Amino acid sequence: MIKKITFIAGIFFAMFFDVNAQESVEIIKFDRLESLINDKEGKVKIINFWATWCGPCVKELPHFEAAREEFSGKVSVNLISLDFADQLSKVNRFVQKKALKSDIYLLDEIDYNSWIDKVDKSWTGAIPATLIINEKTGERKFVESELEEKELYSLIQDFLSKS
Amino acid sequence: MKKLSLILTAFAFIFTFAGKPVTEGYEVGDTVKDFKLKSTSGAMVSMADFEEAKGFIVIFDCNTCPYSKKYLTRIKALNKKYADDGYPVLAINSNDPKKSPGDTYDEMMKYAKKNKYAHAYLYDADQTVAKRFGATNTPQVFLLSKNSGKYVVNYIGAIDNNTSDAAAADKKYVEDAVEALLKGEKPPVTKTKAIGCTIKWKAS
Repeated sequence: MIKKITFIAGIFFAMFFDVNAQESVEIIKFDRLESLINDKEGKVKIINFWATWCGPCVKELPHFEAAREEFSGKVSVNLISLDFADQLSKVNRFVQKKALKSDIYLLDEIDYNSWIDKVDKSWTGAIPATLIINEKTGERKFVESELEEKELYSLIQDFLSKS
Repeated sequence: MKKLSLILTAFAFIFTFAGKPVTEGYEVGDTVKDFKLKSTSGAMVSMADFEEAKGFIVIFDCNTCPYSKKYLTRIKALNKKYADDGYPVLAINSNDPKKSPGDTYDEMMKYAKKNKYAHAYLYDADQTVAKRFGATNTPQVFLLSKNSGKYVVNYIGAIDNNTSDAAAADKKYVEDAVEALLKGEKPPVTKTKAIGCTIKWKAS
């Protein structure tokens, strides 16, 4: 009997941890990013472009993680890594170390000039860069600089107040 | 009545200027002002020093950016290939060393020596050149041609279309542009964008 309970408890335990375990970051192509941008779930959506080697990007990541908690249910946060695809294990280690909970993808599209304008015409290609979209109204804002937590929050609040 | 028209003129004046966004930076076709920057060789370098040059491959670059590192060999190769044809590479580092400690002038000297730079590597200490050009990230190329003593922008953007693998790049923007200029033609592509490290601007 005790053995059985331990066994069942073990299964539950395993399931619990499996659900919470950080899976490997998914490598995506531009079409996935495009549908991410265009998906309409009726939320305010944040798409942040970053890389593990980019100092200012790494510095602002906690703000996005915090915003995801603060505006839970109203805001979705997607972190798009522009690390090279052969650096996936480095990205995975980084994500685990920082315990990042946002949706994270690695965009493997090396022909940058072919897609940068499709994200935003004003984007020069420098990172960090952040796209905020109101999925209801279609309103969007593109910020090509590091964001302070305050700036990010007021941007989100501004978007939420209009939806 | 005179007063009214004066006020109206003043308003028109204000609105004309207020409505214009302050945009810095060169576009293709613009004439570039010469600069004088300290090279890792110790000398002050201007474009005017290169009397034989037909133009310049100006590259905003640095020691620390992974994308610059990926392009290091290709930047050296561009200079090797085109300096003798009249298009030398002038690399400019505009990063604020306070924000990017690996980009001090001393570090630049070490880096240029270690990597055996044959091209000029210039220190844009007060970032005025990067601002004047409208440079945004590294590495970013401004290909200039010399037309009757004036330096004219012919191409702005990336070196090629594959940062991670030179051999896999099937669009060599800068090479194609220089080849076109050497033939007296216009570059086939005049502007591209690339993901890169943002220039580390001094806190304003």
